[in-house]
Amino acid sequence: MAILTVREALQQALHEAMQDERVFIIGEDIGHYGSTYGVTAGFLEKYGPERIRDAPIAEAGILGLATGAAMAGMRPIAEIMSVNFSLLAFDIIINHAAKIYSMFGGKFSVPLVMRTTNGWTQLSATHSQSFDAMFAYIPGLKVVAPATPADMKGMFRAAMADPDPVIFIEHTLMYGVKGEVPDGDYIVPIGKSVLAREGRHLTVVTYSRMVHLSLQAAELLAQEGIEVEVVDLRTLRPLDMSVALESFKKTNHAVVVTEDWQSYGTSAEIATRLYEAGFDYLDAPIQRVNFREVPMPYAKNLEQQVVVTTERIVAAIKKVLNRS
Amino acid sequence: MQKQRGSTKAVTSATQSVRSSMTSTPFTRALEHLGADQLVEYYRQMMLIRRFEEKCQEMYTRSKIGGFLHLYVGEEATGVGAISNLQPQDHVFTHYRDHGHAIARGLDINPLMAELFGKDTGCSRGMGGSMHFADVTKNFWGGYAIVGSHLLLADGVALQCKMQKTNGVVMVFFGDGATNGGEFYESLNFAQLWKLPVVFVCENNLFAMGTPLEVHSSVTEIHRKANAFDMKSMRIDGNDLLGVREQVGEAVEHARSGKGPVLVEAMTYRFRGHSAQDTQKYRTKEDVEKHRSADPLEAYRKLLIDEEICPASRLDAIDVQIDAEVDASVEFADNSPVPGNEWLTDAGIYAAPLETLTVDPTLV
Ligand SMILES: Cc1ncc(C[n+]2csc(CCOP(=O)(O)OP(=O)(O)O)c2C)c(N)n1
Ligand SMILES: [Mg+2]
Repeated sequence: MAILTVREALQQALHEAMQDERVFIIGEDIGHYGSTYGVTAGFLEKYGPERIRDAPIAEAGILGLATGAAMAGMRPIAEIMSVNFSLLAFDIIINHAAKIYSMFGGKFSVPLVMRTTNGWTQLSATHSQSFDAMFAYIPGLKVVAPATPADMKGMFRAAMADPDPVIFIEHTLMYGVKGEVPDGDYIVPIGKSVLAREGRHLTVVTYSRMVHLSLQAAELLAQEGIEVEVVDLRTLRPLDMSVALESFKKTNHAVVVTEDWQSYGTSAEIATRLYEAGFDYLDAPIQRVNFREVPMPYAKNLEQQVVVTTERIVAAIKKVLNRS
Repeated sequence: MQKQRGSTKAVTSATQSVRSSMTSTPFTRALEHLGADQLVEYYRQMMLIRRFEEKCQEMYTRSKIGGFLHLYVGEEATGVGAISNLQPQDHVFTHYRDHGHAIARGLDINPLMAELFGKDTGCSRGMGGSMHFADVTKNFWGGYAIVGSHLLLADGVALQCKMQKTNGVVMVFFGDGATNGGEFYESLNFAQLWKLPVVFVCENNLFAMGTPLEVHSSVTEIHRKANAFDMKSMRIDGNDLLGVREQVGEAVEHARSGKGPVLVEAMTYRFRGHSAQDTQKYRTKEDVEKHRSADPLEAYRKLLIDEEICPASRLDAIDVQIDAEVDASVEFADNSPVPGNEWLTDAGIYAAPLETLTVDPTLV
C-alpha cells in the first residue's frame, strides 16, 4: 500500500495503460502545455507525439477520431478537458460511440475511454456544470465516477479492458485527495458499488466527490450519536443499487447526495430506485442534496449557496431523522 | 485534372481534350491495364446496384421494407469507379445512401436484402436497416445516418492505418449537403494536419434533400473547400465510370503514399427522390429527364458495345443473371428468421454486458 493522490493514482493507471502499444491519448493541451490538471505531465516526453496527440480545439473531432480508431483496433484514451466542452462532441458520443455496437448487429464495438472532469471554482455558468445524468441516460455507454485514488486506478484499468465506450468522470477538486492505493495490478470492476462507511441510522447514497463530503458529514454526526452509512455507487451506468438497498433495508432512512441539478438529475434516478425496490422499508421521505437549480454564479458568496456543502448534507440527514 | 468552373460537361470535355492529345483515354488505359473482362465486371456491379435498388423500391411499396430508403440510382458510376481502386486492407465509410457502396465493395446482396427486411440474417442482424449496412470482414464500416459525423470516424480509422502502418487507405463518401457542417471542417483539418490516408469523396448530386446546392452552400464548387486546409482536391465527372476510376485512383495513390488526404468532388445526379417518400417539388420532370437521358449505366453499356468489348447479347445475359440473383435475395430475406429479444437486453447493447444488472429495473 502506498498513499497517493488521485492525480498520482491516475498517472500510474495511464502509464500502465500505455504499456499496450494500441493505446494512445488524444486531447487538448495534454502534451506541450503539460496537461491542464497535471495528469499527463511528462507523457509527451516519455511516449512522443505519435501516442500523446495534442489535438486542435475540436471536441467532435477528438471523440470522432478516437471512436474510429477504437473500432479499427486501437485503444484510444480521449481526454475532454472539461465536461462542459463535451457538449460539442455529444453527436459522436451519443449517436455513434454509444450506438455502433448494437446498430451494426454486434459485429464490432468501440473500446474507447473518454476521460473528463466535473468541477467548479468561481468559473461561472458555462464552466461549472455536471452532465453525469446525460451520459448515464444513454444505453450503450458505461459511466463511472470513482471517488478514491484506489478506485480511480482500479476502475481506469477496468475501463481500458472494457470493449465498450466508457465515460470516465474525474473531478477538478479531487486531484489532490489522498488515499491508500494497493500495490501491483488490480482491477476495480465497473458496475459494483461499495460501502464507504458503516452505520445504522441512515443511508447516504452518493458518488464521486460527494462521497468525501458525505463522510465528513457522517463524522460530524457521529459526535451526536447519529451513525450514518455511506454508499459509494462508483458507477452510474450500469447502476448497481444492491449495496444501497441492503443498507436502506437496515436503516430505513436515506439521503441522496449528488453534485448536479436535482430535476431529472442523477439523484432522481437513484431515489426512484430506492422507492421502487425499498418502499416497504421506508420510514421517512428520502431527501436529496444537490446543486441549486441555477446557472452557476461567479460571485463567491452566491456560488457557495449553489454548491453542496457538508452543512447542507448534515441538515438533510437531520431532517430525515427528525432531529435538530 | 481539375477545372475550377463550369458544369460537369465542361469538365469532361476538358479532361478528354487533354487526354486525347496524348492519344489515350481513360477507356484505352483501363482496357490496357485491366482487360476486357474487368470492364464487363464494372458493368455487372453497376447493373446489380441498379436492379437491387429497383427491387428495394418494389419491396418498400409492398411494405416488406420499412423506415427510410435512400436510393443511389443514377449515381452508380461514382461508387463503382471509386471503390474499384481499393485493396482488401483499405476501408470504406459512407452515409445512409449506402446500398451502392456496399455492393461495389463486394458485400453479398442476400444479407443486404435481409437487413432491409429486418431479419436476423441481415448484414447488421436486422438492427440497422437501409441506412446501416456494414460488413467488418470487408472493412466496410457502415452507412451512417447523421449527416457529416462519419467523416471523423473515417479519420479515426485512417489514424489506425497510419499508426499501425497497415498501408491502408480510408475512402469516405458523403453528399454536397454534408460539407456545410462543422464536423466536415474538423475532419478535413485533422486529416491534413496529421497527413491521414483518407480519400474524401463528395458525391455532389446538386441537392441536399430538396435544397439546391446554390441555396445551401456559399461555395458551390465543393472541391475548393479543401483550399482552406491546403489539401489536394479535384472535381470530376462522377457519371463517367472509367474517368472516376482513374482520377480517384490518383487520389488513392496520393493518400497511400503518405502525402495526405484528398477531397474529390464527383459531379453526379440522383434519378429518384431523396428517399422513398420524396414528392420532388424542388425540381422539374424535365430536369430529371435530361439527366436520365445521360444515364451513366446506359452510357457505359453503350461504350462496351460500341468499342466491341462485349456484345449486347452477353450484357443481356448478365442482366438476366442479376435479376435471378436479386429475386433470390428476396427469397432469402423472406425465409429468414427475425432477430431475437436478446437485442432488447444488455447483451444487445454492450459487447461486455454486466450480467447481474439489467438496464431497466422494471423489466426484471
Ligand atoms: C445532422 C443531420 N441533420 C439533418 C439530417 C436530415 N437529412 C438526412 S439526408 C439530408 C440531406 C443530405 O444531403 P447530401 O449531403 O447532399 O446527401 P445526398 O442525400 O444528396 O446524397 C438531410 C438534411 C440528418 N440525417 N442528420
Ligand atoms: Mg446531395
